[in-house]
Amino acid sequence: MPDPTIRVGEAPFDVAAETAALSAGRDDVGGIASFVGLCRADDGLEALFLEHYPGMTERAIAGIAAEAAGRWPLTGLTVVHRVGRIAPGEGIVLVLAASRHRVAALEACAFLIDWLKTGAPFWKREVFAGGGERWVAAREEDEARAREWSAKG
Amino acid sequence: MKVLYFAWLRQRAGTGEETVHPPAEVRDVGGLVRWLAARSPGHAAAFADPGQVRAAVNQAFCGPDHPVAPGDEVAFFPPVTGG
Repeated sequence: MPDPTIRVGEAPFDVAAETAALSAGRDDVGGIASFVGLCRADDGLEALFLEHYPGMTERAIAGIAAEAAGRWPLTGLTVVHRVGRIAPGEGIVLVLAASRHRVAALEACAFLIDWLKTGAPFWKREVFAGGGERWVAAREEDEARAREWSAKG
Repeated sequence: MKVLYFAWLRQRAGTGEETVHPPAEVRDVGGLVRWLAARSPGHAAAFADPGQVRAAVNQAFCGPDHPVAPGDEVAFFPPVTGG
């Protein structure tokens, strides 16, 4: 597999362009699975602010991507994670997994987003229309999903 | 030793980064937490709920027993919430 594409930054992402890049110039890609995480407007949310740990973030995502590439026969992987201010309706994270066959692509995509939720140093702060704010709390359900992948080996 | 704080730990500690010189008896992450917590009321507030504090040494997640040494980069933060 070519090196995964990993980007962390404030710029919005283009799902179509990122998807096209995974099959450009090659004819062995049978399918590309995608996950796009969006910002919801729960409870009058005005914006999310994402903070991360520069340096460690990229290392952690590269480690997760290498793990996925070792488990499934992939032809390509893309992870784009935004930081900074994100408004409701905007994309937060994009995961793409390409393979010759759908099962590897779909499973690798699910694995990647489950691990991004628990294994990469990002933190979300919610800011509300009234001016209030709060840090998003980690969910045990997310931890449990990530642990399931460990159990599957 | 460089110490970094993220999210609400940064807000409570009142800084995102500081250089510290803990005494030699501070040998692991847990010991460093106890020593840092005594630096100011803000630090004490940051570390008040140990169950909500995670750590990384040299950019790798680790537990309280992980050793720390001069020159290390040690980060403290709440459980991660990306994705």
